[in-house]
Order: sequence, then structure tokens, then C-alpha cells
Amino acid sequence: MSLDLRIPMGLMFSIVGLILTLYGLFTRGSAVYERSAGLNINLIWGIVMLVFGGTMFLLGRASDRRAAAKPIEGTNRPLGGHGHEH
Amino acid sequence: MDLTLIDWLIMLLYFVFVLGIGFALKRFMRTSKDFFQAGRSLPAWICGLAFISANLGAQEVIGMGASGAKYGIATSHFYWIGAIPAMIFVGVFMMPFYYGSKARSVPEFLRLRFDEKTRAYNACSFAVMTVFSSGISMYAMARLIQTLHVFDSLFIRLNIPVEWIFHFAIFLSAIIVLGYIFAGGLTSAIYNEVLQFFLIVAGFLPLVWVGLKNVGGWSGLKAALPAAYTHSWHGMTNPHNNPLGVEWFGLAMGLGFVLSFGYWCTDFLVIQTAMASDSEESARRVPLIAAIPKMFFPFLVILPGLIAIATPAMTQHAMLQSGPVATASASTDAAPAQYGKGLIPAKVNPVTGKVMTDEHGNPVLDYDLAIPNMLLHYFPTGILGLGLTALLASFMSGMAGNVTAFNTVWTYDLYQSYIKKDAPDSHYLKMGRWTTVVGILISIGTAYIATSFNNIMDTLQLVFSFVNAPLFATFLLGMFWKRTTGHGAFIGLVSGTVAAVLHHGLTLPVTAHPGIHGGWIAIVHTYPSEMAQNFWTAIWAFSTNFILTVVVSLMTKPRPEPELVGLVYSLTPKPVEHHMAWYARPKVIAVGLLVLLVALNLIFR
Repeated sequence: MSLDLRIPMGLMFSIVGLILTLYGLFTRGSAVYERSAGLNINLIWGIVMLVFGGTMFLLGRASDRRAAAKPIEGTNRPLGGHGHEH
Repeated sequence: MDLTLIDWLIMLLYFVFVLGIGFALKRFMRTSKDFFQAGRSLPAWICGLAFISANLGAQEVIGMGASGAKYGIATSHFYWIGAIPAMIFVGVFMMPFYYGSKARSVPEFLRLRFDEKTRAYNACSFAVMTVFSSGISMYAMARLIQTLHVFDSLFIRLNIPVEWIFHFAIFLSAIIVLGYIFAGGLTSAIYNEVLQFFLIVAGFLPLVWVGLKNVGGWSGLKAALPAAYTHSWHGMTNPHNNPLGVEWFGLAMGLGFVLSFGYWCTDFLVIQTAMASDSEESARRVPLIAAIPKMFFPFLVILPGLIAIATPAMTQHAMLQSGPVATASASTDAAPAQYGKGLIPAKVNPVTGKVMTDEHGNPVLDYDLAIPNMLLHYFPTGILGLGLTALLASFMSGMAGNVTAFNTVWTYDLYQSYIKKDAPDSHYLKMGRWTTVVGILISIGTAYIATSFNNIMDTLQLVFSFVNAPLFATFLLGMFWKRTTGHGAFIGLVSGTVAAVLHHGLTLPVTAHPGIHGGWIAIVHTYPSEMAQNFWTAIWAFSTNFILTVVVSLMTKPRPEPELVGLVYSLTPKPVEHHMAWYARPKVIAVGLLVLLVALNLIFR
């Protein structure tokens, strides 16, 4: 299967994380955080999701590149076609 | 509680990605094997997370939170003793036969091992149950979304009657699940189950964190709750001394052995994900990988129930009351919350608008609102969108698993076997796609039938339990006793179900009246709780199946041994493990899991 799940998943978590982080930054000290025990949970959890999503995305991309650089069995040509020549 | 733009945005993003993954996978669906079995090419970790996610439907999430609020940490038995040993067993011992036999489904394995009639019986009952289950879960989701009132303001602004939220929820979820399965088949379902797994963790982990912080950590939680809530094994020697109303033998045998092994080791809903992995070694690792997060899920889904009870009720902002839209918004009556406990309101009679009470005059609590109320209580806008998305994700993952299991069993085990045998592969691929549509339509129908007949959900689930209870005996004997015959398996299976029906008809939980809860033939025994009755129904069904399969097998002619290679333990070469790194060997992982399981039970004894 040539779609690495980590790429779309990482992308989604990064975007959601980014949205939450930015929203958390703009709402610092807001009264809405009384309900979450005083924690700016949007900011904290946004950063956690951003880190997780980013890691997933990079891991997925790296393994995709490795797969593309792998030569076709019995030849020296890379499988992806656009690996080394440029 | 109103959602803001940011919450909608997160929800929308999720829908876009879920469908996007489905359509990105569409070009890889060339053969029926790609569509129904994900090409048997997925890595073990993906299948492992999908393995538990398929089981993590919303009824599971909502139900476990509810039981946590009702019974406390003892609910973890459903995750620990009631899942882990079975998951280890299926990985170490059974997976080589499922994967190695090249069967494309669990019913097909039964045909390879036994005969046509056993397969037909299992395939038919499974197909019917799985499509109805998906309908029930759809109904539960739509009901919950309606009760949450989160869509109300949007609907009012758009001038649509709020009663339509129910229809909207059903059709939206149906279209999304249909879209991504139609395009990407089992791969799409599995990928999205993994996505949903991480979303559920991402949505519920902060909930537990904030909730625990608010009640003063674990020690604060312990102090706020009765002692029985934070101990899972207290009073298990006698059913009257613990909240579950079960004694240890019924728990270990009924839940830990018969029900749990019957589900995790034979249900194609979960087994299909393991059978989609890229090698037999991966397939064996799938349930073991799944067992690790499974063991810690009580802290994500059961703990919120406990916190909901312990949260001081006076700080509630946006509490949900149970009951229909009209009464909740019209009457200024705060009674349900007053009679409630922590964040859990009392149930309200929809006709009179009064709080419902049991025979002792105590209010009946609506425990199903534990998790939704936790979300609304602790999450500010922003992360609330994430929490609700997680809840929606859990609904969809449960439904999607049912739908893919249904289209595989229908196409391979019923259509290809009995209706049209020798069509080209592309025909079955097309069949699978359109079966998805039909399956979802039947689910929608079931959801609507459930709205007009209140008891249909309970009745269906009861019937399913009769069919499922004896299953494991058939697989156990089939895989580990070469003498077992097809006639034996078939007669054992049918009579096991009959035994379950009879046991249910002859016994009654002590608090219930004869009828759907049992005792509809005569009452020869009463159980201290409904749970105890369920466990013992399963034990009777299993034992009947086991004994009759053995007896009939001994009277009938066994299949010649060469035909059974790869299907029976004693005739199949054992999988070799010595070329793997020590930590990757299934048996080593299995021992590690068992140690962890014992440790968790000792900590929360």
C-alpha cells in the first residue's frame, strides 16, 4: 500500500494543534479557563498535538522517501523514478 | 452550551480528513482482495490500533463511562480480565490458523475446518447481527447528539426545526462512513480507525487530566468517593458485597473466559483487522499490540465516570439534563440536577417532566450522560470541539468496522458461495461496494425502527448474546482437537444457543420482573444481578456446546488428517520465533502483558 497513514494523520493533528495553540495564545488569561481548573488547556494541548502531529508527519515522509529510493528488484533503478538523478 | 467557530472548524477538519483518506486510497483498490482484505499488506501497528478501535464504538465509550460512574473502578474488569487474556490467546495460538489457512473471513475458516452448513449458519447469523449493530450504534449516536443540544443554536439560526438534528446526525454519519468505505474499502476503514484511536486519546486525556486536577488528584478522588469505587476486587467472594453483584467465579469464568474469548477470538469485526496485516508474524502481533493500549483505556474512559460523580455539583455551568428538548429548555425546573450526583443528573420522565424514582423513592440517575457532561463541564471552547470530535469519531469507528465485516461476509461467504460462484474478480469488487450501500441503508432502517420501538435495542442485543455465547467452544475444539467433526460443531453450536435461550427463560435477576429480563418460561433460579445472569447464561451455553460437540464428534466419522494440516494445532508445524529479536517474539510480549495485567489488578485491588 503506498499511502503512509502517518502523513495525513500527522497533517491533521498538526493543523488542529496549530489552531488550538493560536486560539490559546489569543485567549490567555480569559475567564473561559475557569472551567478547566485554571489551565489554559487550549494552549497546552495545542502544543502537545502539534508536536505529535509534526513527528508523525516527518516519520511518514521519511519512510516514504526510503521506499521511493529503494531500487526495483534486480536493477539499480529506484522504484519511485525521481530519486537520485537530479 | 454553544459551540463557537473554532469548535466547528475542528469538527469540519476531521470530516475532510476522514473522507480525504478514503478517496486517496481509491486508486489502490484494484482487486477484491484490496477492497475486502486491504491487500493483506498493512503493518502490524496499524492493524493493532484498528483492532481495539473497531471495538471502541460509542456505546463502548459512553457505556464504560456510565458503568464507571455506577460501579467505580470495578468496571475495569471488562478491560482487564475481560479482554487481555483473550487477546493474548488469539495472538499467540489462534492467529496462525486464521491467517495461515488463507481464509478470507471467520465463517470461511469454519468451512475449511468443518463444513458448509457450519459456515452458512455462522455467516448468516453474523451478517444479520453486524448490520443491526451498526444501526443500533447509529441510533445511539443520533440520540446523544440530540440530548447534547450542541447543534441547537446552529439549527435555530438556519431556521430548521431542532427535531431534525436526529435525522441530520443519522444521515451525516451514514454518508461519511459510506463515502470512505465505498472508496477505500477495508484499508480506508482501518486507517480511519487508527485516526479515530488517536483522536479519542487526544480528546479524553486532557479531560482526565483537568478533571483529576479539579478534584484534587487521585487522592482527592479517593477521598470524595465511597471506598468500593476505587477497588476492583473488594467483596468479590460474595455477590452481595460488591457493586457488580457477581462473585469471582462467575466473573472469571463468564466474563473472563466464555464471553471475552468468544468475542476477541472469534468475532470477525476485530479479527478482520488482524487478517489484513502483511504477514503471519504481523498477524500474531496485532492483538498483542492492541492489548497494550487496551489495558490503559480504563483510565481514559472509566475514570471520567468516577470523576463525574466526585465533581462538586455546585460548580456546574452548562449541565445537561436528560429528557427531551422541549422540557429541558422550557421548564426552569432545576430538579434533575438537584437530585443528581456530581455531574450526573437524575432521569426525567419525558411525559410528566418529573424526576424518575426507583421503588425505594431514590432518584434514578442517567449515567449515560457521565462522559458528555464531563466534556461540557470541563472543556472551554476550542478543546471542546476536539472532545466532541473524539466522541463522533468513536461512533464512526464502531460503525465502519461493522460495515466492512458485513460486506466481506456477504460477498465472500454468502454471495460467492451460494448465489454466483464463478464471476470475474471485478464483479465481486463491485458487489462489495454496493453491499456497503445496502448495509448502510439497512442500518439506517434499524435506527429508525429503534426510535419507534423502545425495547428493540435490548431485544436485539439479547438475541445476539444467545448466538454469540456458545461460539468459542466450537473454535477451541476445532483448532485444538483434530477429532472434532463438522456435524459435531454444527449440532453443538445450535444447541449452545438453545441452552442460552432456555437458561434466560428459566432464571431472573432478583430485582427484575419476568419478561425481557428473563423468567419467561418459569423461574427456577434467581441471580443477585443482571450481570451475574448474563455471565451464567454464557457459561451454560458454552458448556452445552462443548459437551455436545465432543459427544457428536465421537459418534461421527472424522476427516482424514492430511486435510486438516494448517487448521488444527497438533497437525500444523509450530511457528518459529527464534529469528526475531527477543522483544519482538509473540510469547515474550505475551508474558510481559500478563505481568502488567497482574500488576494493574494488584494496584487497584
